[in-house]
Amino acid sequence: MPQQADVIYRYDGSLEGALCAIFESYVQKEIPLDIVSDGEAQASLYPVRRIETQSSIAKRVMAGLNRVAGSAVADQVRLAFYTCMPHREMRMLSFVRLAMRMGADVLSLLTDDTVRAVTGAVNHLTYESHQYTGFVRFSDAGGVLYGIIGPKNFVLPLLAPHFCDRYPQENLFLYDETHHVALISRQGQGFLVPIDNYTPPAPGQEEAHYRSLWKTFYHTIGIEGRYNPRCRMNHMQKRYWKHLTEMDESIPLHGPASIPADTAHSPPDAGIGAPAGRGPQ
Amino acid sequence: MDIFDKLQILADSAKYDVACTSSGASRGSEGARMGNAVACGICHSFASDGRCISLLKVLLSNACAYDCSYCVNRASGNAKRATFAPRELADLTYQFYRRNYIEGLFLSSGIIRDADTTCERMIEVLRILREEYRFGGYIHAKAIPGADARLILRLGQLADRMSVNIELPSSKSLALLAPNKTKESILKPMGLIGQRIQENAGDLVRFGHAPAFSPAGQSTQMIIGATPDSDYTILNLSAALYRKFKLKRVFYSAYMPVSSNPLLPSTDTKPPLLREHRLYQADWLLRFYGFSAGELLDKEHPNFNPYVDPKCNWALHHMDRFPVEVNRAPLDMLLRVPGIGVKSAQRIVQARKVTALDFAGLKKIGVVLKRAQYFITCRGRMAAGANLTPDHVLRSLVSDKCKSLPAGQEQMTFLQQGITRQDVMQCLSGQL
Repeated sequence: MPQQADVIYRYDGSLEGALCAIFESYVQKEIPLDIVSDGEAQASLYPVRRIETQSSIAKRVMAGLNRVAGSAVADQVRLAFYTCMPHREMRMLSFVRLAMRMGADVLSLLTDDTVRAVTGAVNHLTYESHQYTGFVRFSDAGGVLYGIIGPKNFVLPLLAPHFCDRYPQENLFLYDETHHVALISRQGQGFLVPIDNYTPPAPGQEEAHYRSLWKTFYHTIGIEGRYNPRCRMNHMQKRYWKHLTEMDESIPLHGPASIPADTAHSPPDAGIGAPAGRGPQ
Repeated sequence: MDIFDKLQILADSAKYDVACTSSGASRGSEGARMGNAVACGICHSFASDGRCISLLKVLLSNACAYDCSYCVNRASGNAKRATFAPRELADLTYQFYRRNYIEGLFLSSGIIRDADTTCERMIEVLRILREEYRFGGYIHAKAIPGADARLILRLGQLADRMSVNIELPSSKSLALLAPNKTKESILKPMGLIGQRIQENAGDLVRFGHAPAFSPAGQSTQMIIGATPDSDYTILNLSAALYRKFKLKRVFYSAYMPVSSNPLLPSTDTKPPLLREHRLYQADWLLRFYGFSAGELLDKEHPNFNPYVDPKCNWALHHMDRFPVEVNRAPLDMLLRVPGIGVKSAQRIVQARKVTALDFAGLKKIGVVLKRAQYFITCRGRMAAGANLTPDHVLRSLVSDKCKSLPAGQEQMTFLQQGITRQDVMQCLSGQL
């Protein structure tokens, strides 16, 4: 049995780093008090041990999990890292320890608090990510589609393959204002970049035109006789509204002054088939 | 007329169509300039009525030549008329999709001159999108009853899902309210589409590939409450449609009074939303819970009980089959327990492989016990205090939707007379 140890692990905040911290706990046969990233580390009464990030060790942890518990369990651990679960690294550690003991059965242990916490947090992550596949709104600025999201979980790694596949010939810029990371995708090839701050440009005439059209559609499609704001709120929580074009009160319902037909309704540019890429590597 | 007016008029005319799902098709964007499809479907927004907005749902035209009494766009009505030019609508769809406003297009239309002309115009929109713009997003197209089979088949090659609206659940009602439509003219294209989808599946097996035909299947919709047809008639019709035409979905639409006509409910009638809700519940029971229409309703009880949901109603009539032991009952029986849904049932089956479940465990895995507790045992025991007071049972079983119904007072007086559990069951299961 591993001993409870009066030590706090500190790592660099990457998934690989977290896996190395988990490995350290096995090497030392101890359970740390907490595992914190550099970003959230605070002055503490307890000794702090800095964990070096080594790709080979991270790979070894994942390979071990795959071997003993299968890929579904390994996926849960990887996804758990992107969740907003409190003390997620410690939860991941307990989950890994349980999985190494029980194998694939750990996912059936739905009454266990650790398993419940991890699978619950992962469900929250995947559900939020699914919702964002619909709730992301892009705007066109000079041929680049930009958008902003404010998710609770770190959903960009999950969203990236979806949007890269959907828009294989567009240039995308999707900024996560909670985690200060942006997805940048050029013709289907996407990667994630840390960015401190982002202010979207003011919409051009054509962009404003389509925003108004969308808002017009949105306000027309609801049936007054079935007005049900609670039901709407259940499905589309208010926290999403901030970045939804149709909920933006500054957009006029009936459009700005009409714009020349040739810019408003030009058919999409004739693009030449670029290879359809697959998200960040 | 500018595009704002057109969009407003043609979205307004399309809004009573229920289906807005984008599910059932799955493909990447290979070969497309833009767009893919996700099997589970994606909701992009929710309207003020709480319904999902997934597709740009519009009519191509609302200048309809037909005169169906229940419809806002009937020829004799005084709706403002508009018609999209095919390219105008294709561009709008493309630009909305680019901004991730929508998952694709839901295209229906009033009858422009005749069924064939209408169908040809719709095909033109889809052709521009698919062939010129190489659009890979989701398209749901309405088959126009009475259109040439060749045109319907062409539409099906361009769309992901097709639908033909039954509108009214019996021939009698159709003859009365939709004189230009007959049961045959509706079922013919439905049969054609169903047959072609099956052939397509056969071709895929035989040749390895084949041009897709309506890969997300077909659906239909019925209006509820415009005619005196019973729930029994409607549910049997749905069951037959699922069985015979292999429909993916049947949608129900509570009738919103749009015109005053002596044949229709008066314009101040409230839409029968609770009845619509019960039909959807029953529809789910048919598709995911292994129930048959005959188990839920019969000639003696042709309509759903407004006070309890259809599954609960069935359980109350079959108390001899309960309680079931959650640690042993087969999945199909767990699915019949009121309050246990598909997800809960699957979780129970998964969790009991490694642990014996008790009530605390059930709660932990997310099973809601409010109603289920009266119908299950854990390790041979009922929930503590579960079957004690009739008051409690009643409160738990009456669905939230009808807590506000006037029958509340009746319930209270029943309770004051100190009735037994059995009485409550009887009263709940029909004679309330």
